[in-house]
Amino acid sequence: MSSSEYVLEMSNISKAFSGVKALDGVSLKVRPGTVHALVGENGAGKSTLMKCLFGLYSLDEGEITFDGQRVAFANTKEAIEAGISMIQQEPSAVPQRSVLENFWLGRFPIKSYGPVKVVDEKKMYADCKAVLDDLDIRDMDPYAKIAQLSASKVQLVQIAEAVSYHSKVIIMDEPTSSLTEDEVQRLFGIIRRFKREGVAIIYISHRIDEILAISDEVTILRDGKVVGSYPASELTNEKIISQMVGRTLKNQFPPRLNAPSDKVVLMVDHVTSIVERSFRDVSFEVHKGEIFGIGGLVGAQRSELVEALFGLRQIASGSVSINGKKAVITNPRDAKSYRMALVTEERRATGIFPLLSILDNTMMASLQRYSNKLGVLDRKRGEAAATAGVEALRVKTPSMLTHIQDLSGGNQQKVILARWLVTDPEILILDEPTRGIDVGAKFEIYTIMADLAKSGKAIIMISSELPELIAMSDRVMVMCEGKVTNILDRAEATEERVMTYATMLA
Amino acid sequence: MAAVRQLITKNAIALVLLVLVLVIGVIRPSFLGGGNLLDILRVSSVRLLIALGVTGILITGGTDLSAGRTVGLACVIAASLAQRPDYASKIFPNLPQLSIIIPILAAMAAGCLVGFMNGLIVAFLNVPAFIATLGTMIIVYGAASLYVDHPPLGAAPIGGLKDSFTNLGSGTIGFGHFSIPIIIVIAFGAFLIYSFLLNRTTLGKNIYAIGGNANAATVSGVNVRKNLVIIYTIAGVLYGLAGVLLSARTGGATNEYASGYELDAIAAAVIGGVSITGGVGTATNAVIGVLIFEVLNNGLVVLGVSAYWQLVIKGVIIVSAVALDIRKYTRKR
Repeated sequence: MSSSEYVLEMSNISKAFSGVKALDGVSLKVRPGTVHALVGENGAGKSTLMKCLFGLYSLDEGEITFDGQRVAFANTKEAIEAGISMIQQEPSAVPQRSVLENFWLGRFPIKSYGPVKVVDEKKMYADCKAVLDDLDIRDMDPYAKIAQLSASKVQLVQIAEAVSYHSKVIIMDEPTSSLTEDEVQRLFGIIRRFKREGVAIIYISHRIDEILAISDEVTILRDGKVVGSYPASELTNEKIISQMVGRTLKNQFPPRLNAPSDKVVLMVDHVTSIVERSFRDVSFEVHKGEIFGIGGLVGAQRSELVEALFGLRQIASGSVSINGKKAVITNPRDAKSYRMALVTEERRATGIFPLLSILDNTMMASLQRYSNKLGVLDRKRGEAAATAGVEALRVKTPSMLTHIQDLSGGNQQKVILARWLVTDPEILILDEPTRGIDVGAKFEIYTIMADLAKSGKAIIMISSELPELIAMSDRVMVMCEGKVTNILDRAEATEERVMTYATMLA
Repeated sequence: MAAVRQLITKNAIALVLLVLVLVIGVIRPSFLGGGNLLDILRVSSVRLLIALGVTGILITGGTDLSAGRTVGLACVIAASLAQRPDYASKIFPNLPQLSIIIPILAAMAAGCLVGFMNGLIVAFLNVPAFIATLGTMIIVYGAASLYVDHPPLGAAPIGGLKDSFTNLGSGTIGFGHFSIPIIIVIAFGAFLIYSFLLNRTTLGKNIYAIGGNANAATVSGVNVRKNLVIIYTIAGVLYGLAGVLLSARTGGATNEYASGYELDAIAAAVIGGVSITGGVGTATNAVIGVLIFEVLNNGLVVLGVSAYWQLVIKGVIIVSAVALDIRKYTRKR
């Protein structure tokens, strides 16, 4: 095949981070005037591949050919100027400035008055308006501040920007996650127009129905490798999902040691977030001794839900009961008083205290427990409890006074887990407990979870790793874009089913 | 050899202080004799109280520009309540005989109030500490000036203080060769208490947590707002005490007292090892930093260095000391 058949060819791309391969020999070939969808679960390598294209990551292996020429963009600016642009899932616009200013950021039209150069306001406005009109986006005021616009409008601004760059390839990362049905159709109309003009679109999305509606070709990624590349006409919903997940379970998980009891420890009744696009109408129960898994894809609002249960976010309506009594939780201290614990998703951002020792990190949630009324610490008891907690989780460290930053990610995660176990919680919420952790440490954490469940704790586990979710949970609640789509029993939870519900708009 | 290098890096600042004292002492032996070192400790005592207060605030990632003016306010309040009954130009002519406890408590209460205000503004109104304390600094200066602006005398310096009061600043306790100036005893006592607070109480642990990762602190259940208010309030009390000792030592007060002391205190704390970005620092850091500052001040005068050169040298020392100290945290990763 002559190379001019494809406007973009990524061949045999490999990229590893700290020895772990994020991409392994991935090839992606995109024809001009087509929509090429890229699908895969969290961590399959989609964003990594696009970042390699854009020059944000350097390639370990492989090459990229764009418009017939070998390219290696050093940064986003080069990629954009060459003719590739991207519409992000989380748009990085400058919120306090206007649509106009964001639109022209980096390339303001200049007018010269002799030696003095000023921004050409009139041209800025006229050209921007022209692009918006051209795309039939008539309800957008270029002077409006980005911060005032809804997420869907911000995405439209991004699309307009991409158009104005006269890109040959536009990458759209979850473009419809914030759009209403009408806006999705409008977007599809714009996409079809792009196709007619010969522009190629790389469409990354979890919404399989949309993919089948708008794409010409689909490439499916799994664990950093391409599973297959097919014309969309040959695919169905089931086929795509089965290719996304099909994986053999090795012996990575310890056996569960108990069955959940009948006693309901936590009951969540129709809770809805105060944020419009966040979790809505969520109801579920968790029993003593149960591991309750929560599955879903990015944007499912699972973290937001558990953070709200822990008092870090606000609930607009609905109620939470603990051991049969209504619980009002407005901050983490309230949550702790109900014997709840939360190990957050991002340990660097909201978990560890990087400047402190392992000891201080471990004791941080149990200070009240080991101090008197005046606040004087009972160091002996506190340190003994912390040391015991850390040792129970088999954290490898020469001393409790070692800086936590010197530990591996897996051990840091264990320290945070120890921090909460020292508080003797009844309800333990774990948000992606094994993210970024090596295989050995993962197994240890699973073993600890099984033991905790056996000892009567109720565990809520958010996980994006389907094998882990299915192997460890007694039941799996699947969420999609803020709503609960199903709660599956252990027996019926398969990767295909979970993925189906994770991509099903409720 | 590596062990020696490690020892040096870990205690770099203390060594700098030692080297300073030795070098100046060698060049001008009079620096080390005649009670000069004791004088340095006396002056350091007032500065230490301020530096201690500021240390806790710096650890949380904040700052306090109002420290100096708050000390000044405390000075005028204490002095106004500690004047001799027979003094000609008393601020409060009709004041009965008061125990010196009154001016001491009143000054500390004033400082406490200012600190509390700072804490509320930073923690509950979410105003950045720099701006919040910049504002209160000016307010407090105005308040102190209003306080001394009294008919019929107008804004005159307050003087004629009782001996029992000035004794706090110049007296000693103990006897013979074992007598220590009271002012140093008080400062040392404050150091011990503050060190205890930072190391052995939940407040201390919370402060380090807030400064290191406020979000993680919130998730762990720390009441960030409450702890911030407390640390700013404690600082205020320390400033109040500093005001008492300053007016006792100088025998008077004006509304201009302690102007700019906050910058010296912050610089001293940072030189001593408190991180300007928060999360790191100890009471001992404050002590060493203040001593370096005052040894420099005193030493450069003893050496006969011109006042302007003193400024240049001080600036160079500040930057060098911190650059050396920062190496503890900037290991290659």
